[in-house]
Amino acid sequence: MATATATRAHRYAPLAAPALGFATLVGAFALVEVLIRVGAINRFVVPLPSQVLAAIPRIIVEEGILHRFWQTTQEALWASVLLVFAGIGLGMLMFRFRLLRSACETWVAAFASAPVVLMYPLFLVIFGRSATTIVMIGFVAGLPPVILKTIEGLAGTRTVLLDVGRSFRLDDWQLFRKILLPAAMPSIFVGLRVGLIFALINIVGVEFLINFGGLGQLINELAERYDLPGTYGAIGFVILVSVLFFVVCERVERWLLPG
Amino acid sequence: MAAARLGNEPVRGRAARRSFVDFASPARNRLRSIWALRVAIIAAVLAIWEVVAESGWLFRDVVPTVPVIARAVARLLADRSFYSNLAVTGAEIVAALAIGGIAGLVAGLVLGGNRFLARAYEGFIYYLGPTPKIIFFPIMILWFGVGPGSKIAMGALSAFFPIVISVASGMRQIAPVLLHVGKSFRATPWQMTRTIYLPAMRTPIVNGFRLGLGLAIIGALLAETKLSNRGLGYLIIQSYTTFDMPRMYALLIVLFVIAIGLNALIGRYAVSDRARSS
Repeated sequence: MATATATRAHRYAPLAAPALGFATLVGAFALVEVLIRVGAINRFVVPLPSQVLAAIPRIIVEEGILHRFWQTTQEALWASVLLVFAGIGLGMLMFRFRLLRSACETWVAAFASAPVVLMYPLFLVIFGRSATTIVMIGFVAGLPPVILKTIEGLAGTRTVLLDVGRSFRLDDWQLFRKILLPAAMPSIFVGLRVGLIFALINIVGVEFLINFGGLGQLINELAERYDLPGTYGAIGFVILVSVLFFVVCERVERWLLPG
Repeated sequence: MAAARLGNEPVRGRAARRSFVDFASPARNRLRSIWALRVAIIAAVLAIWEVVAESGWLFRDVVPTVPVIARAVARLLADRSFYSNLAVTGAEIVAALAIGGIAGLVAGLVLGGNRFLARAYEGFIYYLGPTPKIIFFPIMILWFGVGPGSKIAMGALSAFFPIVISVASGMRQIAPVLLHVGKSFRATPWQMTRTIYLPAMRTPIVNGFRLGLGLAIIGALLAETKLSNRGLGYLIIQSYTTFDMPRMYALLIVLFVIAIGLNALIGRYAVSDRARSS
């Protein structure tokens, strides 16, 4: 079947490649199913894929997945509100005062490479084992890309646009609102998307680590109950949700910024 | 590029632009002002920290005073057990980066070299890349046990994705003329890889490993904080459970210095490499 797909590739190029990708995925699951059934893989380490699929409706009904999903979404929303205000605000501030930018931009970039999420025990002590801790970790983790991309967007505004604004005698505030901000929007959106993805990764991760909140906690709970099909199913579900989230982010960005 | 554009503008535009964005002093004093501002910011942060610590506005001991933290850092660096735990974590990260890095490099070369396979599989990698990896930890414990194995697996899994993506896209950006030269010398695929692809892709490879290293550190250490009895992550979570806040601050400071330092070191290598090749 694989060869058939491959030869067809040249004729039906647009669909053949995604079909191969999908077929590989299904084939891998089928292979694991067979290997477990013949005993080559220990079924107490890897549950049958069919069992995992069967566990998904159970998780959705019994574990209140909608409620958990909503909890995680709320945390992500709060983190993104903070990101929009603090991230874009700090970016604007650093653009406006060039000395500040020269002094601090490398710090922000360095901070972006620091393992911020490892500060979660510190946040636990400060904010307690609560949604605030999770939101704050998500916020801090997503901050650097938003700041850096805001500065990049504002600084990349074409000079001719600024000159047009000045020829209309716009004051600094009007210049900012009518020219700099719209010109910087594409870059700011990229920063927000990346920051939001960082925030979401860390939110789900910390939920799992501190056993509190929504989707991340679900995985921890199922794993501690040694509910193997449930654990694998929940992990698959969270991956699916994250992937959907990225796709939606990309679509929204493309929709808001045509061309 | 912005500077070049600026050079061709009428004087009026330049002067106006400077009045809007540039409040800096003349160029020769600029560096001095930047450093003065940096020192001032650090001093202000330390001063505010000290005031908060002394005032007791926050819960006691949550914000230790600066001298207390400094002493904790010194004590940590003099502590022999710190180095043995650092060695454990370091070995895990090296192993993780080797496994995830080689797997990522091979997968990246395959996907970068074959458009059909790239279209079939790169979507998975592109979308799986930014998912939270730590949630795989329960599975890694089942597969590789509660010891260093599961931490190495977490690190390798985290490091794999940025390396594949970086290598695959880097390979597609190689100048076609280099490939034509290789083909006209009838180079075998192995010779092409060794003499054309890898040297031409040093910058994306280095950058992929830089990102991969950062994620491997996070993956391995987070796994250690969740379940382990050795390593830096274990020390951090241990200082949390015993409420030894100065030690936790000290561990986080040392860890951040190591992580940021390594990142800057590899980043510098990538930059100098690019400068050399251009």
